[in-house]
Amino acid sequence: MISVRGVSKSFGSQVVLSRLNLEVEQGRTTTIVGPSGAGKSVLLKLIMGILSADEGEIDVCGYSVTNASSEAEKNQIRENLGVLFQSAALFDSLTVYDNIAFPLTQCKLQSREQAHERVVSLARSLSLVKYLNKLPQEVSIGIRKRVGLARALAVEPKVLLFDEPNTGLDPLVGQEVYDLIAESQKNQGFTGVVISHELPEVFQVSDRVVMLLRGKIIMEGTPDDFLSTDNPEVVQFLHGYVDGPIRIQ
Amino acid sequence: MFNPPVSPVESSNPVLQILHRVELLGAYVIDSLQYWGKAWMFLWYLIKGMVTPPFRIRLILQQIAQIGFHSTFVVSLIGIFTGAVLAVQGEYTLSKFGATAFTGPAVALSLIRELGPVLTALMVIGRAGSAITAELGIMKITEQVDALRSMAVDPMKYLMVPRFVAGLIAMPLLSAIFIAVGIFGGYLVAVGVLGLSSGTFVSQMVSAVGTVDVYSGFIKSVVFGFIFGWVSCFKGYTCGFGAIGVNKATTQSVVTSSVCILVTDYFLTSILTRVFL
Repeated sequence: MISVRGVSKSFGSQVVLSRLNLEVEQGRTTTIVGPSGAGKSVLLKLIMGILSADEGEIDVCGYSVTNASSEAEKNQIRENLGVLFQSAALFDSLTVYDNIAFPLTQCKLQSREQAHERVVSLARSLSLVKYLNKLPQEVSIGIRKRVGLARALAVEPKVLLFDEPNTGLDPLVGQEVYDLIAESQKNQGFTGVVISHELPEVFQVSDRVVMLLRGKIIMEGTPDDFLSTDNPEVVQFLHGYVDGPIRIQ
Repeated sequence: MFNPPVSPVESSNPVLQILHRVELLGAYVIDSLQYWGKAWMFLWYLIKGMVTPPFRIRLILQQIAQIGFHSTFVVSLIGIFTGAVLAVQGEYTLSKFGATAFTGPAVALSLIRELGPVLTALMVIGRAGSAITAELGIMKITEQVDALRSMAVDPMKYLMVPRFVAGLIAMPLLSAIFIAVGIFGGYLVAVGVLGLSSGTFVSQMVSAVGTVDVYSGFIKSVVFGFIFGWVSCFKGYTCGFGAIGVNKATTQSVVTSSVCILVTDYFLTSILTRVFL
């Protein structure tokens, strides 16, 4: 579903990704973990076509992101994607209802009636009905994440990208978000890519885990592989040891 | 033993110091050229976005309300007092030449040709330009612009073009309101306080003000609307990160727009005076 082949990305002299290869299987959730600055969010932006790779190729749903030269071509690929941003990235000036309806009316160009039906159905399934007329700044961060998820799910994307879905949430709300991700994945069958450094909590929504360090993949496998590995870098990161091969930057 | 290299700044070698300064100058020139290149490319995308579908009329109307309608009160308030001050100053100056009958034309021509467009632009920049830059900047740093892109919506067409077009439309309208209210303020003071004849004020004004004066003011306000929209949107779009980035972008937006408008005003006045002479 997503294929990353030999992708490199640098900002000035700082190498963020170095000849990275990654395959994301259809209908499964792949989690990319790694310390801050490992290149996780950059990889997500490369997949979305918001940043351009210095070298290598990225294919999403059979379309080449790296060969798409115009915004129109990139938009064609982005129509297959849904994104839950770290801060939810809801539009401040729109109500919760309008935020969820936004991709339906602006991108899929559905009629108001069709969009209304979809918004109400998503609001019911994500328990957002009583917040529909509120502005994003009037609801808690947990609700904002749910609205962000509803907005991402609205167009029934083939691929859903989650950028640190639990950052800033308390453990209860964090668990709720994981449950919602797992449930939506079960219902809609999308291909998921989760960026996170919440270990091992994120493993519950992961079929496969990839660890990035210094712009390279140092390990990939199932959550069980990660929990049983003796790779010193993975062990240090998983348990949050200060001493070890990974230096805190 | 390792000897760290001596930085050109610390070096006593004058050649190295000169080379360092040349290097800094070169870096500054390259940065400036890149910045101006970005600004002109941004303008090109704005104009391209204006003339290619989809045309987001509802968003343009919302922005006209935001920039135009919500500025009406402050523009009218400043307009009426500017007209009043012009009447007092005009009457005082003209009385030295025994020409107080020309207070009406003095007020009207000053407002229509110069003060109306310029003061309106400066007020709209302070009220709406800073708001546009701050709003776009915050949208950028909170990933709302990336969210638009991820949903296959072009931020240039959705965010920038409606604000730019609204500035082009709202500025001449606000300028017209400023001028009308200003003349009314001048009339009230000249006739009500200074005791000039109402008939003289109006008749002298009507005979002195020509269509060319109105054209001149209109052209200025459209150009100022263009500068306002371009600078406000560009500064918001290229805003740096964090609160300090938004702070810097907003300040730069107001200062750059104001300076550009005052400089452009001089050149426009010179050109239009010759064209419409």
